[in-house]
Amino acid sequence: MAKVLLKGNEAVVRAAIEAGCKYFFGYPITPQNEIPEYFSKELPKIGGAFVQGESEVASINMLYGAAAAGARAMTSSSSPGIALMQEGIGYISKAEVPAVIVNMMRGGPGLGGIQPSQADYNMCVKGGSNGDYRTVVLAPGNVQELVDMVQEAFDIADQYRILCIVLADGLIGQMMEPVELRKPKERPIPAKDWALTGRNGGKTHRVYNLKLQAPDLEKDNFDLFKKYAVIEENETRYEDYMMEDAEFAFASYGTASRVVRTAVDRLREEGYKVGLVRPQTLWPFPYEAFNRPQIKKYMDIELNMGQMVDDVVLGCGDKEKVEFFGHTGGVLITVDEVCDFAKKIMGGAK
Amino acid sequence: MSKIDRIFCAGFGGQGVMSMGQLLAYAAMLEEKEVTWCPSYGPEMRGGEANCSVTISDERIGSPLINNDASVGVFMNGAAYNKFIGKVMPGGKVFINSDLIDAENPRTDITYYRIPVNSIATELGKIQLANMVMLGAVNDQAHLVDQDMLLEAFKKVFGAAKEKFIPINKEALAKGAEAAAKMF
Amino acid sequence: MSVVFERSKGLTDVKTHYCPGCSHGIVHRLLAESVEEMGKLEDTICISPVGCAVLALDYFEFDGIQAAHGRAPATATGIKRVHPDKTVITYQGDGDLASIGMCEIVHAAARGEKITTIFINNGIYGMTGGQMAPTTLPGMKATTAQLGREVSLNGYPIRVAELIATLDGAKYVERVAVDSPADVIKAKAAIKKALEVQEAGLGFSFVEVLCACPTNWGKTPVDALKFVKDEMIPYYPLGVKKDTTKEGQ
Repeated sequence: MAKVLLKGNEAVVRAAIEAGCKYFFGYPITPQNEIPEYFSKELPKIGGAFVQGESEVASINMLYGAAAAGARAMTSSSSPGIALMQEGIGYISKAEVPAVIVNMMRGGPGLGGIQPSQADYNMCVKGGSNGDYRTVVLAPGNVQELVDMVQEAFDIADQYRILCIVLADGLIGQMMEPVELRKPKERPIPAKDWALTGRNGGKTHRVYNLKLQAPDLEKDNFDLFKKYAVIEENETRYEDYMMEDAEFAFASYGTASRVVRTAVDRLREEGYKVGLVRPQTLWPFPYEAFNRPQIKKYMDIELNMGQMVDDVVLGCGDKEKVEFFGHTGGVLITVDEVCDFAKKIMGGAK
Repeated sequence: MSKIDRIFCAGFGGQGVMSMGQLLAYAAMLEEKEVTWCPSYGPEMRGGEANCSVTISDERIGSPLINNDASVGVFMNGAAYNKFIGKVMPGGKVFINSDLIDAENPRTDITYYRIPVNSIATELGKIQLANMVMLGAVNDQAHLVDQDMLLEAFKKVFGAAKEKFIPINKEALAKGAEAAAKMF
Repeated sequence: MSVVFERSKGLTDVKTHYCPGCSHGIVHRLLAESVEEMGKLEDTICISPVGCAVLALDYFEFDGIQAAHGRAPATATGIKRVHPDKTVITYQGDGDLASIGMCEIVHAAARGEKITTIFINNGIYGMTGGQMAPTTLPGMKATTAQLGREVSLNGYPIRVAELIATLDGAKYVERVAVDSPADVIKAKAAIKKALEVQEAGLGFSFVEVLCACPTNWGKTPVDALKFVKDEMIPYYPLGVKKDTTKEGQ
């Protein structure tokens, strides 16, 4: 299929529809408004439905309903809106209905700003809702990967009956890149015999969220975590760049990782043995990718105050080996800044 | 080292700055190059100003952002020129709308192309063609994409309904190229 | 010997967790019978609220889901958009619908979602232990209004049926009570009518049911029913608040 030049937000819609998503529920928030706008135009054409929810709270609960009804459905928002959705995220996780959320992150906390940020790492990766649960978190680094991951998110969600968050930032949403819509790899996707479809002559379907007896709830949670272990085994993903002979490594994802990639090129030209490890899944997190004895320092670069640092430390097992540089509040990092920071860490070690 | 062009376009809203960048990006994509187009971001996003950054490369593009490393700067009005001229790297090429920009104390480390795009567009009968005149000049002197590819891109970006405007846009591109060539 | 009364096929054969004298059992039966009589047992999906009726899905012999507190109309919206040919019902209490979920119910009604809401108004939070609800009557005692609801401090009860009736998307709105056999019969007719409005695809339908909560009211079941009649009905007048099928709209 020929490439098309698409804005990230529009690409999300194309990819979702390609993946069979027919229902979208969402509430306006910058910088992701092209997503609901485009869906509102496209979904009626294919016999689906677009509903502008009265709030993010309503939107996520509409998604809960549509997903429980067996459909491929999604919502999208940006940071403060995702904060409001945390209630529904917990319910969807407990009920194990497969659903997809796209978060085009902006600066926080609170109302924050509208510029690109990665400040929702903790909220989305560690869980901002109550209880023991996990959501798969995919972190695209460019618009093509955004498209691939949105499509795959629906498959992963269905395969494991789990909520899948595509965690991008406002820049990926707003920028344009050539994109090709291609089929994701085949996955074993079970039939949704649990879905609310009416009895239709068969058994009654019930989607629960409450377990009043503690031992019953504990058993459910144990079962959830058995499933999570399988996902950790199967779905952990990262990309190495210039890591073969590297003595120092950047740790970075999403838009920040692109700036870092250019910094790696520049530092390599100057003779530094430096590479980049880019997590593509933030949960499950690629801990083993940061467990390389030959690496002297990991340099974590993010558009926040260092929310991934703990995970990199867990990966390499030595907090003395991890350094952080970033900007917050929607300020973007520059290649110069990353190079200057890295040189301070690496010293004269070329 | 692979060839990489970083083009920064700025002006005020309505001058076709964003679509100039998009046409360039689309044409580069049709030539199977790697390309990114970023709209204005950060504190640069103010009032009626519009700017975008286009990166064209033979290899996968890292940072899509332009800080002070633009190889090509395109400025459609004085405010944008004054604010962003520092984004062009030494040795870079700068294209200014000389109808609106004086550039009295030009930088000495970059090459200036002063194109009266408003006047040329007006002669062509439509001031709205100013961005296409500029694009013709930029593309001709900076050797970014094949000039005909910009017209292919025009079809893709603006759709079949606007195809009837291709001849006049083609002329605008040619006039821009001509004006830029005349400068040297 | 002829059978004069049977348990509805819309009810599961289990013992409910409801307290003696609670009205939920009656309303469950009326809803189950209505769905059964309409031949919709195979095609109904009911959303349980958070509150005493959170386990309602175990008592109905049709599909069910537990929604987040107050969000049943949003969850119902998602379900109905996916299955426009199914009967979708939310069953909600007054804390759920009129307090935390006021936004969702108002907007589902305003959108004219083709769903039916059964609204249980007993003027109190049941499951959490008798706290004040938006529908608690002035002077009525609650565990968070120990001296009785003082309107200068806690404001006034909300007449939800009247409020919903103002919205153009709401096509049928009625308030009923289940305090007497006569009122129970009327309540059943209202529920069935509401489901018929949904079946006809007209829009949103809403039945508010004044119910007794003897446990949290601190009354015997008989006194609780008397309270519904003597105190609640005067504040919350019964009757059809809107019927667009009659107005020919």
